[in-house]
Amino acid sequence: MLRDRSKRRSLDPVAGNEFLHRRSFLRGGLAAAVTGYSVVKTAAAEPLTDDPWSLVPGAVTRPYEQRSRFEDQVARTLSNPKGEARVQNARTPLHLLNGTITPNGQHFVVAQSGAPDIDPERHRLLIHGLVKKPLIFTLDALARYPMVSRMSFIECGGNSAPLFSPQPIQANVQGLHGLVSCSEWTGVLLSTLLDETGVDRQAKWLIAEGADAPTLTRSVPLSKGLDDAMIALYQNGERLMPANGYPMRLLLPGWEGNMNIKWLRRIKLTDAPGMTFPESKTYAQILPNGKAYQFYFVEEVKSFITQPSPGTKMSGLGQYEISGIAYSGDGRIARVMVSADGGKTWAPARLQQPVMSKAFTRFSMPWRWDGRPAVLQSRAWDDAGNAQPTRAEFVAQRGELKTIPPLAAFPNQHFNGITSWAIDEKGEVKHVYA
Amino acid sequence: MCTHELPLSTLVLALVLCLPAAYAAGPNLGQPVNSADIAAWDTSVMPDGTGLPAGSGTSVQGALVYAAKCAACHGANGQGGISSALLGGGPITSINAAEKTVGNFWPYATTLFDYIRRAMPWQEPKSLTSDEVYALTAYVLVLNQLIGENDVMSATTLPKVRMPNRDGFIIRFPNKL
Repeated sequence: MLRDRSKRRSLDPVAGNEFLHRRSFLRGGLAAAVTGYSVVKTAAAEPLTDDPWSLVPGAVTRPYEQRSRFEDQVARTLSNPKGEARVQNARTPLHLLNGTITPNGQHFVVAQSGAPDIDPERHRLLIHGLVKKPLIFTLDALARYPMVSRMSFIECGGNSAPLFSPQPIQANVQGLHGLVSCSEWTGVLLSTLLDETGVDRQAKWLIAEGADAPTLTRSVPLSKGLDDAMIALYQNGERLMPANGYPMRLLLPGWEGNMNIKWLRRIKLTDAPGMTFPESKTYAQILPNGKAYQFYFVEEVKSFITQPSPGTKMSGLGQYEISGIAYSGDGRIARVMVSADGGKTWAPARLQQPVMSKAFTRFSMPWRWDGRPAVLQSRAWDDAGNAQPTRAEFVAQRGELKTIPPLAAFPNQHFNGITSWAIDEKGEVKHVYA
Repeated sequence: MCTHELPLSTLVLALVLCLPAAYAAGPNLGQPVNSADIAAWDTSVMPDGTGLPAGSGTSVQGALVYAAKCAACHGANGQGGISSALLGGGPITSINAAEKTVGNFWPYATTLFDYIRRAMPWQEPKSLTSDEVYALTAYVLVLNQLIGENDVMSATTLPKVRMPNRDGFIIRFPNKL
């Protein structure tokens, strides 16, 4: 990190509470500690010896690799581990991951009735309704079509719902924001298949249906189907995970997770929406005036800091890298600003390149913690001109609950306001409203 | 189409013209399917009643099916249990989704038929006859005092049931439709 220690110089704070100017961070070392808190001590070096694993042959290589046994705690949290007769949710441990790709075993899941055990040889995709020629596609047939790959996040419409609470719920990133993940998806564009079925002029919507027990259905505007909708067959290079839709799912980049129908078996073109159960109840959001939004679709611009975040403790004074995730269902992330003083001052974060449309963008910011209380926030803008609202701005429009809900409940949806982490003098990180 | 005797420039021109057309045509590997075969899967019911099958049922008939196949999860009288409540017509007083019920929220009665037929009962979806689904739909509508106890639900009558919250929705992004 410090290539030229001879040029050590003082760091330039660029915003309140000691953000460090990137050039200084790269060039210079750490300034002397302040205010009574000692810099984390470098352990006195123990004598170097050969550890046991350096003295015996290692494990046999497996056909499908497993991660280190020391990483077992990096796992999804389950809402319904016994598979009772209700929805099952698995939340992604975003605070323990890095980069922008969610490993397949860590991708979030919302399954209304578990994951079906689908034989890919028997699975069929039927496209019918207001088409010229209804067609059935097998997996083997789809394998011969031109494929495209793209990075895309998928986010449950109910992600971040705990932030509708009137008081900040103490939970980690996984509990508050764990229903969003990002993968490289590979498959056949729906428009390619609709070229072959033909589309009747009256067609305005499509109804997509899964092959799971409830054959879950959602209505999607045909314009989205002809734009960037994909029949996804691969997730990060391998076939979809069973709970993520094996052997095929509808991918609607940037749109509400529930609409990205898993285990896709049927697409019916229609002239109107079906008013299916999810869009008539669960995914219609009550507003303070008693009306409700319907057909919200877009997962709007959002960001949150994953490091540091609740559950982690600061390990002493000095230099840290604030890091987090930003994304927008409307396009590319244009800018992320970070504050360490509860929004009084802001500085631009570095965006990991390349920045891709409707995909996770990793942002980072070097920061020196001086031992004083701090409130960390991130705020994102997308290239469609949308700004992530503050929480106060958000709840002024969308409302706030009267009582604190259970952490795993979905009292309302599509929260995309700013999240705030407070760091106290002891280095504890808490969720606050600021 | 591309022969061996043409000059190179003609060949290049032909390739430029042919290739995009060849891609646009696609592999054409979809299998044609007739409407009778589609019907087995096409259980979508539209708000105007399109897709509703023949058959009918009343709330009295539905109560019997309900007790046998639904009460264990939704409560003896639809008040809810491990699954959500099926009744409650009170005005919505907060933004909490827990207040949403068939009576005070769902915009169309046809959704009941579509959803019960495809997804219920939980352990045995798609096992109910059309008459049973009509009967259960009637039962839930009576619980919510939206039809009379003796009203018969069918492809003719169900789409005419006016749900109280029909006009309670705002399209979030009209430009996306």
